Amino acid sequence: MSYKPANELRKEAQCLLDEYLPKVSTLKVKERQKIPAQEMPVQDPEIRSHNMAEVALGYSFEQARIEAMRCLQCAKKNCMEGCPVKIDIPRFIDHIAKGEVEQAIAVVKETTLLPAVCGRVCPQEKQCQLYCTLGKSLKDIDRSVAIGRLERFVADWERIHNKTVIPFVKPATGKKVAVIGSGPAGLVAAADCRREGHHVTIFEAFHKLGGVLRYGIPEFRLPNDIIDKEIETLKAMGVEIKTNFVVGRTRKLTDLVEKDGYDAVFVGTGAGLPIFMGIEGENLVGVFSANEYLTRANLMKAFDRKADTPMYPSKNVVVLGGGNVAMDASRMARRLGAEKVYVVYRRSENEMPARKEEVLHAKEEGVDFLLLRNANRILGDEQGRVKGIECLRYELGEPDASGRRSPVVIPGSEFVLEADTVIVAVGNGSNPLISQTTPQLAVSRRGNIMVDETQKTSMDKIFAGGDIVLGAATVILAMGEGRKAAGAINTMLAGIPGQMLQ
Amino acid sequence: MNDILYKQQLSQDVFLMRLHAPLIAEERQAGQFIILQTDEDLGERIPLTIADADTVEGTITIIFQVVGKTTRHLATFEPGDELPALVGPLGKPTHIENFGRVICVGGGIGVAPLHPIAQALKKAGNHVTIITGARTRELIILEKEMKAIADELIICTDDGSYGRKGLVTAPLKELCERGSKPSMVIAIGPPVMMKFCSEATRPYNVFTQVSLNTIMVDGTGMCGGCRVNVGKEVKFVCVDGPEFDGHLVDFDNMISRLNAYKEIERRHYKCFVEKAFSDKEQEVRI
Ligand SMILES: Cc1cc2nc3c(=O)[nH]c(=O)nc-3n(C[C@H](O)[C@H](O)[C@H](O)COP(=O)(O)OP(=O)(O)OC[C@H]3O[C@@H](n4cnc5c(N)ncnc54)[C@H](O)[C@@H]3O)c2cc1C
Ligand code: SF4
Ligand code: FES
Repeated sequence: MSYKPANELRKEAQCLLDEYLPKVSTLKVKERQKIPAQEMPVQDPEIRSHNMAEVALGYSFEQARIEAMRCLQCAKKNCMEGCPVKIDIPRFIDHIAKGEVEQAIAVVKETTLLPAVCGRVCPQEKQCQLYCTLGKSLKDIDRSVAIGRLERFVADWERIHNKTVIPFVKPATGKKVAVIGSGPAGLVAAADCRREGHHVTIFEAFHKLGGVLRYGIPEFRLPNDIIDKEIETLKAMGVEIKTNFVVGRTRKLTDLVEKDGYDAVFVGTGAGLPIFMGIEGENLVGVFSANEYLTRANLMKAFDRKADTPMYPSKNVVVLGGGNVAMDASRMARRLGAEKVYVVYRRSENEMPARKEEVLHAKEEGVDFLLLRNANRILGDEQGRVKGIECLRYELGEPDASGRRSPVVIPGSEFVLEADTVIVAVGNGSNPLISQTTPQLAVSRRGNIMVDETQKTSMDKIFAGGDIVLGAATVILAMGEGRKAAGAINTMLAGIPGQMLQ
Repeated sequence: MNDILYKQQLSQDVFLMRLHAPLIAEERQAGQFIILQTDEDLGERIPLTIADADTVEGTITIIFQVVGKTTRHLATFEPGDELPALVGPLGKPTHIENFGRVICVGGGIGVAPLHPIAQALKKAGNHVTIITGARTRELIILEKEMKAIADELIICTDDGSYGRKGLVTAPLKELCERGSKPSMVIAIGPPVMMKFCSEATRPYNVFTQVSLNTIMVDGTGMCGGCRVNVGKEVKFVCVDGPEFDGHLVDFDNMISRLNAYKEIERRHYKCFVEKAFSDKEQEVRI
């Protein structure tokens, strides 16, 4: 596909608008199917692989309207089935088609709090867009209505035009809710509890808010401005924020309830523990977990030459893994000046858990994919620094009981890649800090906090949600759990008389 | 919060600061550390052991040596200034009980974190021998405080300008050889010193606990940057430590990991010092 700059895409959309606007109300399904799917304008790959600015530039108003006109407005809203928070997709899209962006964002915000984030990072091709009737009828999921891009469009429109409405907060109830962790789960739980009029305090271990949205997902995929804006809104709602506060260490979880008078606690501490592969050479200088690599680059701003946190100087980088984290790490390495970046993944491209768009973008930016290969050991020089990595080739075996074809190693297929840096991105376990310091809290064998169907934990007044419950999951699922927990907290607190009401 | 209340220069490059941090003071136990930043936006996060705390006044004491850009910057903070970011207490506290006869070895700045541990061990009823080492007389810190705790205090200097001439490992070996074996040794100091202390006690089979200060980012177990090989296992110093069995720690690997950014850090440090100098010059000119 040849590269088309944003203004060209906008002009093409303008021509289409001129053609379709007069007849939009009478369009037949067949005609709608013929409206060209709108391409996302992006920064030129050559240029963007050397800067941190956002890659995807977002639809213009013209493109958004054309894309929205492709929607068939199905009576049976299949797309909604794939949406974890059940956004009324056809209704918000219809508003865009009619040019009513303000109404469109209002519909989206009925069910989700962070559309600017979700529009950018949700795996739409596995959710709403997988179920879209249009994509099915065209037998090409890539030609489903671009629901995520439209969601992003309305959210950005609201932010850029300063139309953000601070949600209404009910009169003070005199009850206190503690939210631990400021990732998507915590942010949503905080907003929802605050709306009910409770006093809400967010406790965050880091010096900045946002969780993975801040320290993990890079600027070029999710600009910090967007997270800042969401936090501003929370502050404007009156949510209290305490950064540099590690619950379990700075204060025990139980002390928040017993000594500090919190009536309910939501634990959203995420999946912080990086998993390593357990292979030889993994502790050599130049081997990083993706968490560390990305935290240095994002949160600690190591890409900024003025920042104090150093970044390891890399020329040849090998990233192990095939998820979003691996894509982010490999693309970050390119931006930080690596000449050669390989992604080594054990299965084939079909099985890669990363968003399709990220894989595509990584390829465009010159990242090389070595599929059906896996690291065997990391090789070091005399000073204990990485000098290469030995890999093995795999092939897909017979389908197992679940129908999945597992990779099987090809004996004697060792080969060595020259590398000075290895980034391990093969998954995250659960952060052990809270469970270590709160032995009463029931956790699974893998350290995930156990909850009932209302997100309540084994302890009174303590709720949990997001990656700490689900294991490494997604932003939208974390948000959904934050919302569910807040609902349960609000119900619980409605039953207790507040201090001010007594 | 985080206000600096008191600052004292202990030796050429070593400073003591008392900070207002009531929550940390309340929770903190011997062996734990904090992470701080001298700039919330562009600063790096560095771990420092808590040398002392006062729950009544709500203060903690840190003692640090100027080794890089951040510590150099920190040394320019004065009483009344506020530290932009401070988080803690982190790490597992030292396990304190009456072990019997304990030898505490502190090298250089490591004497600072050793102090609260020695204090707690003494309070628990142990017989405490303290060995401290410094390059030269000028660099000896906390002599008075250690003397107050120790049943026996041995001070060594590399150049013989004070106390015994030589390294801390010499008296350590002698004490292991002498009659009844010590119940345990706690060694805190530069990695090389901890390595050689562990080597010194290995033949006598005396349990030797070391406190590791690796490179850290978050300090909560999220990044794995602080990992070390301990025996056959990989441990995260910030959540599994900072204290480990010195006989099992792979010091050589740890030391090479500590040096990962040496080149870049030297550059940052140089820029910072040069900038400070040119700022000074400008002030003079004005
Ligand atoms: C690099 C990367 C890329 C990703 N890309 C995508 C993507 O494209 N799409 C997608 O849907 N998902 C993606 N994910 C997954 C997604 O980010 C997570 O599922 C989601 O952020 C989980 O949200 P959470 O609120 O549960 O926790 P987190 O976002 O992990 O936030 C937890 C917060 O709690 C804080 N905390 C932890 N312990 C304590 C404590 N004891 N006291 C106080 N605070 C504490 C942490 O500092 C952190 O800020 C990605 C993840 C990573 C790492
Ligand atoms: S399934 Fe697709 S075409 Fe149908 S309403 Fe949803 S987005 Fe529109
Ligand atoms: S400092 Fe990040 S895991 Fe220990």
